[in-house]
Amino acid sequence: MKVAALAKESAFAAFVALILAIPLVGFDTVEANGGIGIESRMSWVGIAVLAVFLGRIAIGLLPRRAPSLVLPGTGFLSRHIRVLGICGIVVAVALPFLPGSSRYLVDLATTVLIYIMLGWGLNVVVGLAGLLNLGYVAFYAVGAYAFALSAQYFHLGFWQALPISGALAACVGILLGFPILRLRGDYLAIVTLGFGEITRIILLNWGTVTGGPNGINDIPRPTFFGLPLAANAPGGGQTFAQFFGIPYNAGQRIIFLYFVILVLALGTNYVTVRLRRLPIGRAWEALREDEIACRALGINPTNVKLSAFAIGALLAGFAGAFFATRQGFISPESFSFQESATVLAIVVLGGTGSQLGVVIAAIVLVTLPEFGRELVQFRMLLFGAAMIAIMVWRPRGIMALRTPSVRLSSS
Amino acid sequence: MSYFLQQLINGLALGAIYGLIAIGYTMVYGIIGMINFAHGEIYMIGAFVSLITFLVLGLVGISYIPLALTIVLISAVGFTSFYGWTVERIAYRPLRGSFRLAPLISAIGMSIFLQNYVQLLQGARVKTLPPVIQGGFQLMETNGFVVQVSYLQLMIVGVTVALMAGFTVMIAATPLGRAQRACEQDMTMAALLGINVDRTISTTFVIGAALAAVAGMMVTMYYGVIDFFIGFLAGMKAFTAAVLGGIGSLPGAMLGGLLIGLIEAFWSGYFSSAYKDVAVFGILILVLILRPSGLLGRPEIEKV
Repeated sequence: MKVAALAKESAFAAFVALILAIPLVGFDTVEANGGIGIESRMSWVGIAVLAVFLGRIAIGLLPRRAPSLVLPGTGFLSRHIRVLGICGIVVAVALPFLPGSSRYLVDLATTVLIYIMLGWGLNVVVGLAGLLNLGYVAFYAVGAYAFALSAQYFHLGFWQALPISGALAACVGILLGFPILRLRGDYLAIVTLGFGEITRIILLNWGTVTGGPNGINDIPRPTFFGLPLAANAPGGGQTFAQFFGIPYNAGQRIIFLYFVILVLALGTNYVTVRLRRLPIGRAWEALREDEIACRALGINPTNVKLSAFAIGALLAGFAGAFFATRQGFISPESFSFQESATVLAIVVLGGTGSQLGVVIAAIVLVTLPEFGRELVQFRMLLFGAAMIAIMVWRPRGIMALRTPSVRLSSS
Repeated sequence: MSYFLQQLINGLALGAIYGLIAIGYTMVYGIIGMINFAHGEIYMIGAFVSLITFLVLGLVGISYIPLALTIVLISAVGFTSFYGWTVERIAYRPLRGSFRLAPLISAIGMSIFLQNYVQLLQGARVKTLPPVIQGGFQLMETNGFVVQVSYLQLMIVGVTVALMAGFTVMIAATPLGRAQRACEQDMTMAALLGINVDRTISTTFVIGAALAAVAGMMVTMYYGVIDFFIGFLAGMKAFTAAVLGGIGSLPGAMLGGLLIGLIEAFWSGYFSSAYKDVAVFGILILVLILRPSGLLGRPEIEKV
């Protein structure tokens, strides 16, 4: 771009920024002796305008890449995806036993794995079937509450309740999906958004069952084939440590939980990768690309979408049950729209449809706040901005790793 | 009976506000066929700009109410329209012709961004504005229950009716309205006939934002409390209103808004106010199941 044109563009952007910044940046509403007061901070406006001006120039100076024709699935990462995956699994399995490992690290890795599992689950819905689900956290909540309530009322353990949680979440998904999946995708997005919020409102207000804002306490921990990972077994049974004749320490439970979610997440990955190669998985992807053509080929769009929606919900239900057992305590606060947005951001930034991209995005987004607590308040702001930027510049995600479902054998 | 009447009045005022926001959804959907998720946030920004302008006017010392209201209206509409324009320019225009989910995801990103932008700049606390216009007419009194129409409610309904009238004339009889209707029918053909499609779409966003700003200003005065999160629920309800009336249809949006306002008022008046949002959402699902094209909309025909 020519210098003069760039200067003009940047000046215009700065002018727009000035007008946008005056009311909301330039004035601050403050608490003033019981009422509300206002303070001006015009210096901030100056900073904002300058930042936009320089930012616009920087964007203009970026080298413009010519659109290169790279076939999907031929990049370095895609060719070595299998090796990378195996390396990742080896590292993940060895993580708790590595020399520098600590309780804190394993705990953080558990959180990352929950998000990876949610990301993979949502990837089936958004990445493969192309259905934008903005209330994914509702199914996560259904799974968590299904386990917590069945433990409270029917004294079920984690492993008995796990299938129930998943099945219940899938049923809710089908019930919700059935009426709206016949319609355009945009409706689905906003209805799921509302559904997520409604689930939270119901959990919050239905105090007699869900405990309202106080949530549910004392959710049982998972056992290792019936052996509890605790200092003392209830009812005079053996604990994990006693059975294997090793000394008990509290870190064992953390590591065990880590392996439970690792198995769940890898199971999710395995199932989704396999499903993708089945006729149903191909139908998902075909439907994402062209619904009318699919209908002409005799695919029933509603059923195919419903299956993707239900499987996504099922996986979220599993993740929710694990979340409940890991925390030992759940409340509606954990299931806000912010969670849905985080999971969606993981899928979108990772590259819709890419399994490895989800892993990388989850690691980055979940560990980001650990680097600085002051980053937390900017986290959602950055998510939002990153989602727009990704859509504008690289709509297929940072890790545009979408492998073609069918590969020509001659290459 | 008097309780019923009071709820009816409250519902009409609330519905007028929802209707104004719903027009923004329905207009954008009509032209480019996307749901502008960030529209609720535009309304929230309108509310914040009005609040800030009210406070600045208080600081400057302008206390003559009609003058103050006019200034607030101009400021809210002006600044918020600019936000609407910028949102379209940054988040939607580069994506025209991209894959189907792209504008939706970018709109959600914009919505999250704007929410947190306002939260960071203005704080997460609820903001309270002291009442600007007080008092009203007393319609009737039975058994000590007074049915009242406040001046503010009258103003809300009056302004909404005036805006709707002006808006209908604009769509029906001005070059801009003609261009919008042309773009709605066939964007390529409109471009071939010399209509500046980009500008028409921008103008649509600006008009939608301006109406949302008016709604935001009214809400600031009506409820007196706002926070950075109000756009989310209001956006949901206005969208429900747009779908109920038939998305893409302007009279439908207004009708849907009124119905949603009435339903909400009666639901919280006669049942529980904790579940009033659940009720509105239930209506959205019912409408989508039973009559996806809404009350006044035309059924959507998908072309290959």
